[in-house]
This record gives sequence, structure tokens and C-alpha cells, in this order.
Amino acid sequence: MAIAPVNPPANGAIRTENLCRHYRMGETLIRAVDGVSLEVRSGEFVALLGSSGSGKSSVLNLIAGLDRPTSGSVVVQDKDLARLSREELAKYRLHVVGMVFQSFNLIASMTLSENVELPLRFAEVDRSQREGLAREALDRVGLKARTNHRPSELSGGEQQRAALARALINRPQLLLADEPTGNLDSHTGTEIMNLLREFNEGLGMTVVMVTHERALAERYARRMIFLADGKLIDDRPNVPAIAAAETSGVQR
Amino acid sequence: MKIPDLAELALRNLRESLLRNSLTTVGISVGVASLVAMLSLGIGLQQLASRRLGKSGLFDTVIVSSRREMRGMGREEERNGPAPGESRVLDEAARVQIEHLPNVLEAYPDIRFNTELRYEDKPHLTTISALPASAKSNDAFEGMQGNYFSSDTAPEAILQKSFAEELLGKTPKLGTPDPSVADLAAPLLGKELIMRYAQRETTPSPASTSPADALAGTAYSVISREQKLKIVGVSDLDPESMRGPTRAKVFLPLKLAESLHVMQATDLREVSRAARDLPVYSSVSVKVAKPSQVQTVEDAIKKMGFTTFSILDASRSIQTFFKVLDVFLGIFGSLALAVASIGIVNTLVMAILERRREIGIMKAIGASDGDVKKLFFAEAGAMGLLGGIVGVALGWTIGRVINMVTNIYLRRQSLPADNFWAVPWWLVLFAIGFAVLVSLISGLYPAGRAARLDPVQALRYE
Repeated sequence: MAIAPVNPPANGAIRTENLCRHYRMGETLIRAVDGVSLEVRSGEFVALLGSSGSGKSSVLNLIAGLDRPTSGSVVVQDKDLARLSREELAKYRLHVVGMVFQSFNLIASMTLSENVELPLRFAEVDRSQREGLAREALDRVGLKARTNHRPSELSGGEQQRAALARALINRPQLLLADEPTGNLDSHTGTEIMNLLREFNEGLGMTVVMVTHERALAERYARRMIFLADGKLIDDRPNVPAIAAAETSGVQR
Repeated sequence: MKIPDLAELALRNLRESLLRNSLTTVGISVGVASLVAMLSLGIGLQQLASRRLGKSGLFDTVIVSSRREMRGMGREEERNGPAPGESRVLDEAARVQIEHLPNVLEAYPDIRFNTELRYEDKPHLTTISALPASAKSNDAFEGMQGNYFSSDTAPEAILQKSFAEELLGKTPKLGTPDPSVADLAAPLLGKELIMRYAQRETTPSPASTSPADALAGTAYSVISREQKLKIVGVSDLDPESMRGPTRAKVFLPLKLAESLHVMQATDLREVSRAARDLPVYSSVSVKVAKPSQVQTVEDAIKKMGFTTFSILDASRSIQTFFKVLDVFLGIFGSLALAVASIGIVNTLVMAILERRREIGIMKAIGASDGDVKKLFFAEAGAMGLLGGIVGVALGWTIGRVINMVTNIYLRRQSLPADNFWAVPWWLVLFAIGFAVLVSLISGLYPAGRAARLDPVQALRYE
């Protein structure tokens, strides 16, 4: 496979310190994230778990650089995201982070290969290179034959695989997944999760996945972080998954 | 994002909402078309006026006279310039000097006198002037029937149309159309006119050698003479329209007129100089190579101590008029474009609402504010460019149709058709450039708004 593993950075991949994100809704103050401190080492596969409204997606958005904290800090690869300019934050999202969403978020008017190469356009990669890279990424997620289809012509699982290919294309160190299987049946969801594991183990990407399905987290993640009401309530290694990985002999 | 990518994405987005974007583009086209149609008519009218005035052959002519001729006429030149008595005499030496000024093609004496012409034994009193051979190329003789003088000394005459009418007793009455110049010329060409004139003959006093003697002691006699003239041409236009009431109706070859030594009204004043070797002229016509050089030539001649007159001043106010007309037409034309620009703002703001989620996705996968802004800018610019090109074509067609319809009307009124519509290249480029500029300005607000969208909220939007 031509997509080479990413070089793991020397320091921890992600570190948040007393991270807060508060919204004001009319008179009431909503503490979506309320003093979360956590650290994710590079190459980890972490699941953020919690019920709806627990603040797990908000934490993910803050790590993704889509949102800015009200207070506290998010440091990714020694960069404090709160201190980056809008332009620098866009560059960070472009080169450091790959994101997949529950609703796939492919652009409906574009074919799969156009969707996948869109980040390369923002990165000003030459057209000649772009096509090859997009084909390669789609090949990696098993969509080689559908490059010229539009998202609406594909199943949910195929769309999510295309979204994964897009997240992969700029070779980010960080893969952030927000309920990646939420819109998929269990069989297709398993396929996607296997791809996530492959990226984590095969390419060395750090994966942070938000989910409310505990079973899924227990099966794939090596560490589970539980959130409730914007606060971190539990953070523990997922022993069975680590054991399974070790017995199956898959090496990172 | 690179420019080709930007253009590609912009065009793709425009195609996605084809109807709305087409309608917006049509709006711009109509705006540009009205601008182009208005300005093309303004420019065309200006060119028509210049052409018509240019045909009179007057824009390149300066008439020079001695300040001595201005006595008691209360002109500005007299008040500002040297006293008439000190002014130079406009003699042959001065004429030659003027002729050698830069950009002067020729300077010829203005021979002009009132006299009686007999045609078929009926006397007609009129003003006669002389023309040099070079006047043959003058556009004033466009549409002339017959020919120009066969030589500079031939005993021939060209009549102005109104004098031809007089000779034939066909003076037009109000309400009846003018007889055509061809109808007037047919019975006259080749016919003979007899010109009666007073010849001036100087009788120099044998002893006068000093200038003082010349002033005191010369005399001249006046002899009545007749000259037969063959009518060779009848001109349609009025070659001397700028001279107003003193303009001539009959023209003779210059050398012939000079050789006749006709006594002119101004000779009385120059009586003291008449005996000099060099002839003295009441005025000299100066042809300048280009109308744009008239002013410099005029200034040079004024410095020599003469009074000049050209139609340049009149033409300047005409130019100003047309400039103002162009501005007004341009403003009216731009109004439609201004309305169209609101259409662009509307379309793009709608597009932001519709593509909110798409903008969120683009930002999530790494698009910067600048990328999003440029994309919306490119869409506005593309609509402007397309609208501009279509609009220029449309405006060109509209101008043409107006021109055509007006010419049909003119022909029905038995007036000559002409082209009063022009689309110069600069107008095409200006109109397209202006459309793009207006579109980009209209895109400023929507593009800025799209760029500032919060990606988290935009992604939540369904």
C-alpha cells in the first residue's frame, strides 16, 4: 500500500487542561464542556462515551479546531489551538486532522473522487497528483469502482467509507470520528470500525471516536473515556480489547 | 486554493442552481446591455457630429487677418492686442512666413468680392471667392455635381447650390422639399456666366523710390471689365458655412482670381500700400494638417501680430456637450446594472443559506475563511463576466436595431441615413470589466458572510 504510516510525534498527541465550552441560550448558561482534562498519546484508539448531551461531541469539535474553548486549553502536538489564528486553525484542520461524521457530510454535487480530493484542492496540490492520491485513498477503503458516482447513488456504508478516504487523503496524524456508525446497520458499522482499526494500527493514526454505543467502544477502543454533563467521570483502559489485539498478534 | 480550482468549483456551483444563477446573469446582461446601448449611441452621435462638421472642411482652417482690419469692430483681440496701427501688414511676405510654420499645409490669400454675374442676360449680385487647387480634396465638395476646376487658371466657376437655385429661379419655398443638387446642376453645367468686375490698376509715380514717397505718391485707376466663366460644378454642401453672411456662393480658381486684380472692399484702406511690390491681402486662409494642431498654429500666427479665427472654439463646446451627454447616458445605463447587482447579492445570500452545510463541511476538512470567501467571489465574478459578455452582445444588437429603425424613419422623411451608433473596442472591454467589478463589489458582503460562518453551527444545519 502506497499510503505510508504517519510519523508519530515525540510528545503526546492531545492534551486538554481544564477545558470549558459554555454557551449562552437566552438567560441560561449551558456548560457543554466543563473542566475536562485528558491526555491522548499518539497512536492511541480512544472512545469518548456518554449519553446525548454529555458534551462528548463538543470535546471532539474543540480537539478538531472547529470550535474554540471558553477557557482552558487544547494542545495538539505542542500547539495551543486557542492561540491559533483562524487561518492557522484552518491549516491545522487541513493537515493535522481528518474527520468523519455520523451523517457522512459528503458534498452532494460532487463525485466520490471529487469529494475525496477536495482537501487536496485546499492544500493546493497539483491536479495531476490529486487524481492518483484520490484513487489510492478510495482503493484503500474498497471503493475503487465507484469513483465517479455521486454520494446519493451509494449506500450509507459506502458513503462513510468515502468520508474515511477523504479524512485520510492529507495523511493527518489525528483521525476524529463523531458517531461514525450512528447512521449504519450493525454489519456495515463493523466494516467501518474495522477500517478505523486498520488506520490506527496499520498507519499509526491516533483515533478519537465519539460514540454512545458502549459495545462498539469495548470491541475496538483501547481506552474509554466517559463524560456526563460536560465533565469527565471515568477514564480507563479497555483491557479485553488490548488483550484481543495482543492474542491476535496485530502489532502496531 | 489555486485559481483554476477556484474557477472550476465556482462554475460547478453556478450550474447546481442553474435557473436562479441564469436569471441573475440575465439581470446583469440587461444592465450591461442598457449601458452599452446608451454609450454606443452617445459615442455614435459624437462621431457623427464630428464627421459632419469635418466634412465641411473647417476644422483644419484658420483665417488670418491683419489687426488693421479690425478697426472699430470692438473685438477682444483689438482691446488686448497691439493697437491696430502698429499691427503688421498681411502681405505676401507674411503669407509665406505663415506657410512655413510647422504643421501648416498651405496659406492662400482670401480673395473675396461682391460683383454682378450675368446668366442668360439676367444680372445676379453675389459674393465670389477664390479657391486653391488643393481645395479639390476638401470634403465640402463631396456630393458635388460636375467637376472641380480643370486648372488653377481656368476661366471656370463652381456654384453653391443656393446660387444655382437662384439662377434657375427655383428658390425653395417653405414646406416644399429642396430640389436635389443633381436636378439643379443638369441645366447649368457647361453653361456660361459673365462676370462684371472692377479691375484695379496701380499707376506708380515714376519718382517714388522711398517708402515715404510710396505712401504719399501712388494712385490707381479702376477699370470695368468682364470675364466669361464656364460653370463646371454645383456643390451640395456649403464650403464656407463658417463665414456666415459673408460666405461666397460662387468660386473661382485662385490663380485666375489673382490675375484679375479685382478691386476688393478692403483695398480702400490699404490704398497707401497698394503700390508696393508685394500684394497685400485682407485675409489669408491657412490649412492645418490636423484639427488637433489648429490651436498651436493659431497661437504662432497670433504671435506674429495677426488676428486669427477658427471654428475650434465652437467645436470645443460641442465636445463638452457630448462628454456631458455620455456621462448622463452612462449613468442611466449604470442604473440597470446597479439593480442587477442587488440581484447578485440576493442570489449569493440565498446560496449561503442553501449551502450552509457545504460551507461547514469545507471548513471542517480544512478550507480557510479565505478559500470560502474566494469561492463566493469567484461565483460573483463568473456571473459578472458571463453577464458582461452576453450584455455587450445584447447592447450591440439593441444599438444596431435603434440605428436601423431610425434610418428607416429618416429615409421616409427623405433625409439621408447615417450611422449614429458606434461600439469601439474600449467600450466592449470597459463594459465587461465594469460588469465584473460591480459583481465583485456585490459579492463582497455575501462572501464575507460565508467566510465567517461558524463551522459547528453550519454542520448542525439541515
